[in-house]
Amino acid sequence: MNWKRASIAAVCVIPVVGLFIYGMHHDPRDIPSPMPGKPAPAFALEVFAPGQPPLQRPMGDTVRLADLRGDVVVLNFWASWCLSCRDEHVTLSEVAKTYVGKPVHFVGSLYQDTPGNGRDWIAQMGGQSYPSVQDPHARTAIDYGLYGVPETFIISADGRIAHKITGPASAALVSQVVDSLLASTPQPKAAP
Amino acid sequence: MCFAAALIAVATSSRAQRPAGPISDTTQIGFSSVTKDSALEARTSAVASQLRCPICQGLSIQDSPSDLSQQMRSLVRDQLAAGKTPDEVKAYFVSKYGEWILLAPKPSGFNLLAYALPIGVVVIGGLGIFVAVRRWTGPAPEPTPGPDPAALPAHNSQPQ
Repeated sequence: MNWKRASIAAVCVIPVVGLFIYGMHHDPRDIPSPMPGKPAPAFALEVFAPGQPPLQRPMGDTVRLADLRGDVVVLNFWASWCLSCRDEHVTLSEVAKTYVGKPVHFVGSLYQDTPGNGRDWIAQMGGQSYPSVQDPHARTAIDYGLYGVPETFIISADGRIAHKITGPASAALVSQVVDSLLASTPQPKAAP
Repeated sequence: MCFAAALIAVATSSRAQRPAGPISDTTQIGFSSVTKDSALEARTSAVASQLRCPICQGLSIQDSPSDLSQQMRSLVRDQLAAGKTPDEVKAYFVSKYGEWILLAPKPSGFNLLAYALPIGVVVIGGLGIFVAVRRWTGPAPEPTPGPDPAALPAHNSQPQ
């Protein structure tokens, strides 16, 4: 065996094999987002689907992130044409109900869709406990660095993006993140 | 583009029908607007060509027909119109999507590898080919002297 030739072959082949192995274990569509940890971009979006009591918001009302400062916000981007959104719809709707009375707000944001389609879809899915807003020209979606739907951003009480969920959100993950944020959020003192 | 073309057509036709006399303010504003729009479109295209479509494979938002790309392109145009520089617009998208959004990564740090590696491969490959070609086309090695025929044992070449 010629050691010189073997070394040259190894230098050429090992990086290629390494890249190949890396490629096999890496999803090219899984692009890390720079958003977690950053201040959540402000938004003021109009309600097109009011949700159900007690989480209901009036139709046409404007949901402003600034107004929700001090509370945890779960912002879910969805669309009626998105199949994966069906998987998480009931989950998010049910999880939202478990936080009634707590400083947590769930908001759905319609992505690349019409309010009419969104309302029809919600009706087909048996309703939605929390309100949904429309995002004209996807400006808020781009502000959050959205790649597709569903994507869920959990915003802490101090207005930072604490967690981003790409794909259908599970009840366990949402609850875990929200609970940890609530635990670390200073509770307002009760009035004497 | 259609809008700009329509404005040019309107401006051209108004100029053709203009009666003798000084150019009206309206016409001047029309030309100025067309020039401004064309310049803004050109700057928008230049920036949009450098930003990757998030839902495509290797397409810029300038080339992609997807809704998201068109909306991002519209945002680029609005930000440029609002006075942001191309670098500031690109920095906005990088802050939202990371450096991945740039079709050509910044030539600094680890990214330099993306620029240096192809050059290195070409240089090393060229050297390899050069060495191989020289070996193949170089002068043939001196033939090694064969054994002295006189020293060889006599063959039975003659019939006995």
